[in-house]
Amino acid sequence: MTFTIPIENGDAVKIAEAESQRTLYPYVTGTSIVAIKYKDGVLMASDMGGSYGSTLRYKNIERMKAIGKHSLLGASGEISDFQEILRYLDELTLNDNMWDDGNSLGPKEIHNYLTRVMYNRRNKFNPLWNTLVLGGVKNGKSYLGMVSMIGVSFEDDHVATGFGNHLARPILRDEWHADLSFEDGVKLLEKCMRVLLYRDRSAINKLQIAKITEEGVTVSQPYSLKTFWEYSSFHNPTASAEGSW
Amino acid sequence: MFRNQYDTDVTTWSPTGRLFQVEYAMEAVKQGSAAIGLRSRSHVVLACVNKAQSELSSHQRKIFKVDDHIGVAIAGLTADGRVLSRYMRSESINHSFTYESPLPVGRLVVHLADKAQVCTQRSWKRPYGVGLLVGGLDESGAHLYYNCPSGNYFEYQAFAIGSRSQAAKTYLERRFESFGDSSREDLIKDAILAVRETLQGETLKSSLCTVAILGVDEPFHFLDQEAIQKVIDTFEKVPEEEEGDEAGEGEAEAAAVAPAEQGGAGAGDQDVAPMEM
Repeated sequence: MTFTIPIENGDAVKIAEAESQRTLYPYVTGTSIVAIKYKDGVLMASDMGGSYGSTLRYKNIERMKAIGKHSLLGASGEISDFQEILRYLDELTLNDNMWDDGNSLGPKEIHNYLTRVMYNRRNKFNPLWNTLVLGGVKNGKSYLGMVSMIGVSFEDDHVATGFGNHLARPILRDEWHADLSFEDGVKLLEKCMRVLLYRDRSAINKLQIAKITEEGVTVSQPYSLKTFWEYSSFHNPTASAEGSW
Repeated sequence: MFRNQYDTDVTTWSPTGRLFQVEYAMEAVKQGSAAIGLRSRSHVVLACVNKAQSELSSHQRKIFKVDDHIGVAIAGLTADGRVLSRYMRSESINHSFTYESPLPVGRLVVHLADKAQVCTQRSWKRPYGVGLLVGGLDESGAHLYYNCPSGNYFEYQAFAIGSRSQAAKTYLERRFESFGDSSREDLIKDAILAVRETLQGETLKSSLCTVAILGVDEPFHFLDQEAIQKVIDTFEKVPEEEEGDEAGEGEAEAAAVAPAEQGGAGAGDQDVAPMEM
């Protein structure tokens, strides 16, 4: 693009090219992430789906990844932007390890770094189209926080993204308490994921649960939840809505 | 060190493998007034001698706060020291902003040392003429580092730089093994005593020295004149009291000086260090 050819409506071409340099809408997206603090650290759940618009196109996407020694990152939204973020964090943790000086980046530092990245991208009108959940444990202290694509960032005892905010958080507000055991934590997360499975059309029945404790990160093998579709109100669902299907 | 044909610029090696300009820069540090640092596991104390140009002027600032958890004492070209302190503050605050977490002091000194090294390898630059005693905290506790114009840095339990620092170093060498577990108060006392060593007979007054401290759960701050004077009073006014017996150096007769005198000459304390060194 170093020479100029006179083109009719040349400006439109230039504008179109400029637009293609920044994110306008997402293409392949992941749905909710739900995460809670529990007795030994943090538990996070996500399904393995990647939707292409309304098509459930990819069914083996890992949307939760370990970062460094102390953190776990979960993402919903554009999958390619999540991969880009993983590349940034990879560089960050690599440089941190190279210092080899006994200091290491904990979940708080990673959360703040991500907040800076997301907010700066938003200011350039070229966002990374994700909502990120960052959980971790360092020196016995659990940490759980969230960053959105516009740079809104906060910490809490339980967080969720996307549909999870509307369907899972109310359950968590009622039933979460401090010092949940691992089994109770998993049960609580599964309860949330089951509701999402019934009601979020982009959810698939193949989920992973990840846990992070002082010892490190473990991500479970994918598994599916038992569902029941014979509720009476599921029979003839359009009875009261003439014309719908 | 005498003038020779290899000392004109910093990018010329001597046949014996020395960079004379760098060594001359280190000489500049030795000409500055003394600065002392010592640390325990949880605290770092920085102290320095305040020398004013004349009675009319104020004294130069030699100790700077870099962040709540890092402080620096300088000796040598204070202008260079001021510029480097600004750099350290900048690095520290940028790290805090991005990570919401204090910059580990060990990483700051490496940045500083790399910056100094650049000046030893460019023909259009000169080495910084200032030595920095950087005290700060990181995940493993309190640390004290010395950054040299050569671009080297070392970690110390205690150190002194500047003119007549050898006297202070001798004092510190005798006592450094106990610093690790020292209480905060004892550390301050040792720092002021070390400053006294560099004064070589001059009366020790709180107006002559500046002391700053930082620690785990204690952000960097300067001690005010009263606090310093109080510590000085504990060892200046009671020459007879000897808490520790390492006064094998003779000079015991100096302890017989009248208690009314605030004189620095031979106040009896843990170590009766001969003033004339």
